Amino acid sequence: MSEMVKKATRESYGMALTELAEQFPQIVVLDADLAEATKTAMFKKKYPGRFIDCGIAECNMIGVAAGLAACGKIPFATSFAMFAAGRAYEQVRNSVAYPKLNVKIVGSHAGISVGEDGATHQCLEDIALMRELPGMVVLNPSDHYEMKAAVKAAAEHYGPVYIRLGRLAVESFNNGDDYKFELGKGITLRGGKDITIIATGLMVSRALEAVKALEKKGIDARLINIHTIKPIDRDIIIKAAKETGKIVTVEEHSVIGGLGDAVSSVLCEEYPAPVVKIGVNDQFGHSGPADDLLEQYGLCASHIEEVTEKALGK
Amino acid sequence: MTKEEKKELQVAACKIRKGVIEGVHAAKSGHPGGALSSAEIFAYLYFKELRVDPANPKDADRDRFVLSKGHACPGLYAALALKGYFPWDELKKLRHIGAMLQGHPDMKGTPGVDMSTGSLGQGVSAACGMALAGKLDGKGYRVYSLLGDGELEEGEVWEASMFAGHHKLDNLCLIVDNNGLQIDGPVSEVGGPEPIDEKFKAFGFDVQKINGNSLDDIEKSIEHAKTVKGKPSVIIASTVKGKGVSYMENQVGWHGKAPNDEQYETAMCELNKQLSELEAE
Repeated sequence: MSEMVKKATRESYGMALTELAEQFPQIVVLDADLAEATKTAMFKKKYPGRFIDCGIAECNMIGVAAGLAACGKIPFATSFAMFAAGRAYEQVRNSVAYPKLNVKIVGSHAGISVGEDGATHQCLEDIALMRELPGMVVLNPSDHYEMKAAVKAAAEHYGPVYIRLGRLAVESFNNGDDYKFELGKGITLRGGKDITIIATGLMVSRALEAVKALEKKGIDARLINIHTIKPIDRDIIIKAAKETGKIVTVEEHSVIGGLGDAVSSVLCEEYPAPVVKIGVNDQFGHSGPADDLLEQYGLCASHIEEVTEKALGK
Repeated sequence: MTKEEKKELQVAACKIRKGVIEGVHAAKSGHPGGALSSAEIFAYLYFKELRVDPANPKDADRDRFVLSKGHACPGLYAALALKGYFPWDELKKLRHIGAMLQGHPDMKGTPGVDMSTGSLGQGVSAACGMALAGKLDGKGYRVYSLLGDGELEEGEVWEASMFAGHHKLDNLCLIVDNNGLQIDGPVSEVGGPEPIDEKFKAFGFDVQKINGNSLDDIEKSIEHAKTVKGKPSVIIASTVKGKGVSYMENQVGWHGKAPNDEQYETAMCELNKQLSELEAE
């Protein structure tokens, strides 16, 4: 078992870029005056000639990335999720996704765990915005090892990719020694037959805690980690519905348009089953310490546990 | 340029205008005004300046052209067809279902189109990225981008201009088709991007103001732009919207409207007359 590390996925992203730089000489990294926060500063320090600070102008940054990609570069255009996927949405749509250019759009400080900065910076809509774009791959890795592998997979994949990064440090649970990231494939972290919890990103570690607590109460819950929200792993979801009947989805995102909707859509078409969605319920966030906010909005192990029990009629 | 070269370019510009009218008429929609105003610019770029090869449209070392005012694509398409990127007959399928030529440029489907554009302001940013890639890779290609004057109302144009100035992209040359009209009326009444020259100067550009329907002016300004070091260039090209078709000239209503059959005949008659006069010279 590899070393347990407690790192924010944004830091793992910065590390991954720096490690991949030699293998992928076409990689260039763009940021919009947030390099210290998004951790692209790690890449900047080692490869200053391949780092482009675009200033506080995210729309232009995405367009510049498109132009670089049209000339053979692999640009990782990075900002807070709110601005990379939100403010520059139309540039991502028309200048990147429509021409299918090889741009990696990276949204850091996603979700409510931004904390004290409050609602204007807590992007709860980025997964919805990105997954509706034709050809866009949407990745939301859950810990250090998964993020590093995901960044490599994004560099190897030709075409637009959105990667969601978190601000909060997460205790790693994947085994870095034998961890395999397969784009579009979910991972069954715990087998189970009573019910399935499907989680993504920061919520996977919370869901893992919930599953352990449920086990003590005699509930055998399956846990699936969905790191690729698009294309989603249809097979693993259908199999879970067939074998466990009920599904609970967990995401640090609006319940509208995110993982829960992606899972529901698969099941509606293939194998109708009840889905309970845990996420932010058509609301904005507000200021506060990240962990307190996560608890207040029900994005914590105890709430996942409670909802799962309720779904089972307990 | 020699007298013969100039005549060839004038003929090319006239044929591009005919292509614009043929395409927009066949489509029963589209944007003739700003395509006609840019005909000399398209002709000069594709038949004199750009180092491009229709047989190898993706050549990594080629010069790039980004039509940031994507709606003027009937002019670009006519230039590309004339250059040999695809058959002229494609123009007659412009905007038709299943056709190659989309209502706004699509780099995936149309050979010779270097960037998908249409949403105003976005092409300039992509042109900056292409110019920067050239710098990073030590390549000698140049990047040209044509903008509308109404397009200057988009904030992204100025984000991109600040970027181009800051990064000293002297391999980038913007051309503003300053025809003075946009959909809702005269540019000066709708959004007021003037003074255009002062704005670009403030963003670190080498600025030239020319008559954009004069091939001599275009040549002089492009040649000058190539000598500028350490800063991007902009050529503010004063043009006549609808140029070449008498009833479309300086008429705001012809920004985005197709001629009917009768108007089509009149326009083609005028352009054919211009062409035969040029060829008879």
